Amino acid sequence: MSDMRSGEEFRAQLRDWLEANCPAQMRDGGVTEGAVCWGGKNWEFSSQAQKDWLDRCVAKGYTVPTWPVEYGGAGMSRDEEKIFLSEMARINARSPLQSFGIWMLGPALLHFGCHAQNLKYLPPIARGEVRWCQGYSEPGAGSDLASVQTHGADQGDHWLVNGQKIWTSYADQADQIFALVRTDRDAPKHLGISFLLIDMEDAGVETRPIKMISGISPFCETFFTDVKVPKDNIVGTENRGWDVAKYLLTHEREMISGSGALESGGRALGAVLRDTLEEMDTSLRAGAMRCEIDALAMGLTLERYKDQAEAGQGAGDASAMLKYMGTELNKQRHELMMAAGGSAALEWDGDLGNRAGDWLRTKANSIEGGTSEVMLSIVSRRVLGLPA
Amino acid sequence: MTEEEKMLGDMARGYLDGAAPVSAFRKMRDAGQTHDAKLWREMAEMGWAGVLVPEEAGGSDMGFAAANVIAHEMGKTLVVSPFLSTAVMAATALRQVSDSRAREALARIASGELTYALAVDEGIKHNPDATAMAARADGNGFRLTGKKTFVVDGAMADRLLVLARTDAGLTLFDIPGDRAGITRHKSNMIDARDAAKIDFEEVEATGEDVLGQVDHAMDVLRPALHAGQAALAAEMAGLAAGAFDMTVGYLKERKQFGTEIGRFQALQHRAAHLWCETELTASAILNAGRLLDEDPENAALAVSLAKARATATATLAVQEGLQMHGGIGMTDAYDMGFYMKRARVGAEWLGDYGYHAERVAAHRGF
Repeated sequence: MSDMRSGEEFRAQLRDWLEANCPAQMRDGGVTEGAVCWGGKNWEFSSQAQKDWLDRCVAKGYTVPTWPVEYGGAGMSRDEEKIFLSEMARINARSPLQSFGIWMLGPALLHFGCHAQNLKYLPPIARGEVRWCQGYSEPGAGSDLASVQTHGADQGDHWLVNGQKIWTSYADQADQIFALVRTDRDAPKHLGISFLLIDMEDAGVETRPIKMISGISPFCETFFTDVKVPKDNIVGTENRGWDVAKYLLTHEREMISGSGALESGGRALGAVLRDTLEEMDTSLRAGAMRCEIDALAMGLTLERYKDQAEAGQGAGDASAMLKYMGTELNKQRHELMMAAGGSAALEWDGDLGNRAGDWLRTKANSIEGGTSEVMLSIVSRRVLGLPA
Repeated sequence: MTEEEKMLGDMARGYLDGAAPVSAFRKMRDAGQTHDAKLWREMAEMGWAGVLVPEEAGGSDMGFAAANVIAHEMGKTLVVSPFLSTAVMAATALRQVSDSRAREALARIASGELTYALAVDEGIKHNPDATAMAARADGNGFRLTGKKTFVVDGAMADRLLVLARTDAGLTLFDIPGDRAGITRHKSNMIDARDAAKIDFEEVEATGEDVLGQVDHAMDVLRPALHAGQAALAAEMAGLAAGAFDMTVGYLKERKQFGTEIGRFQALQHRAAHLWCETELTASAILNAGRLLDEDPENAALAVSLAKARATATATLAVQEGLQMHGGIGMTDAYDMGFYMKRARVGAEWLGDYGYHAERVAAHRGF
């Protein structure tokens, strides 16, 4: 479709469509957690506008612009997606739908799934009908993720799954979970894991939210007790789930790395700080300048790697770099925001809203999806070729 | 990078590895030379001297992104040449003017016959707006009196682009370096390259010597400075890459405690962090080259971003490089010291980190 029309024509059509279809209420950038539409069976829309916006985007495939049309996307090329995103940003439009299905499972299925699986799982993700969560970490498998112990016993037509996952984001609100399950205890640890899809409503699945230092509970513990998982519910081949897991992790890391790139709600950090303080002290100003410079360079780097991926040069191990730099940068930015907020930033839900909670939340950025130290070790080994 | 840019980079690397490795710089340094006429002639033949000169004036007109690619490869092996001051900055300034004299000068730059230096700085920090040097109106012309410092390539350049204050603003003069009243003092630079302090004593300049319009130097000089800052950023990124390659190589071969020191996680993580920094800087430099080629009016932020990032990255690369090499890095016989000294000079030239950070902040609204 990209050959059929010029970029400018495409832009003009999008602009007209957005003008006509994006509700006024949905043009506030949607930066707060409450503004996010996660979708799912039990989703309650915060407003009619949120529902309308989702419905209209779903009809055009705009919730997942680059996915094939048959799987619920709009079949856009990377260049077209850039135009789409820039037109969305121009009117400060909220993202119509966010989810781990879009960010993580979708890309993994598009790479490893068969056509029938993709037809079954992708369109409901694109339509926001099914909300997924990620069952990776376990109490004994954090940075050393490949040592997961949750076990799937082969019962012929199904696996009988027992074990415990932790840090399963929004598991208490999810409909389905994609999980790393050990299906061969005798194989080397990377070669005995399968990537299974499990219904959260199945008998034997339980979740328990974990209260975090930020005061909220986005993470859960998830327990599996004799859960029957049909043999069809596997992505990739049996015992080769680690390949899927790694592929998905690169997407997760790129997604997390975006947090460090640039603005919060379309505004430069410096401008946010300037508005908070009449006059920034020298140290804060110097920190803000450095952070702004690095954030701009980070944004350009994300773009560059996306362009390379489009050109067929996979970001691969470089996603470790993006994740490390992006999250460290985001933490720095929130440290500066706290310093700028002074004592006003020290109250829960005070004059500066949830600034302290946001700050505390960012501390997880360099832990979740692989710690900064694991990222540096990946770069060291795979990019620099230093001996393990 | 485009395929064309990659090919240009490979070609430049191939040539420079033969003609200008770090050992060639060492020989020049030991002999007290700051210019290699043969090298510059060859660069002219390859179209590098005319990289920003229009084809009708005999240039190769490859553009700013291409100039950055060449500068990057030069930085890797610390090549000494008038590329930045002449082929990038002077050529860009001259291109802003469309008279026959400027065209003639561009042709002679492209052919490698003519070198230039930019005489802008007066204080210890780059700050063109604070220029104090006076160009006093005198009959139909001007008399230039004042002092310039840190004029890179200023001791050997055939001509000087001199920024001076006139009645209602700043004016850029294009004058020969040996005009009466000019005294050039070669500076003994830590990086062993050509730089000069230049005294001007009632130096005569005519209206013909003015490049662009009287009182409007920045129309001509700003694009030249932007081009120079971007190319210098590319050169410094190349320098950082050169120092980094040496360092990673050393981590893989140096043994202590019975094993390669590259097995130690403390060093692995620092090296990995440094690589991550070089990737962000590479993006900023690519972006600056693209904008200079496609939308030069709006390239200021991109250029300052590139120079700030390159300055920080090159500084980190040579500091880590020296520390990870241990004692041998401190010796004059080893090349790491050359990288460190070149990085420090590059950090100051055409605006340091703080100068460009202020510009980024201004563009970002604080």
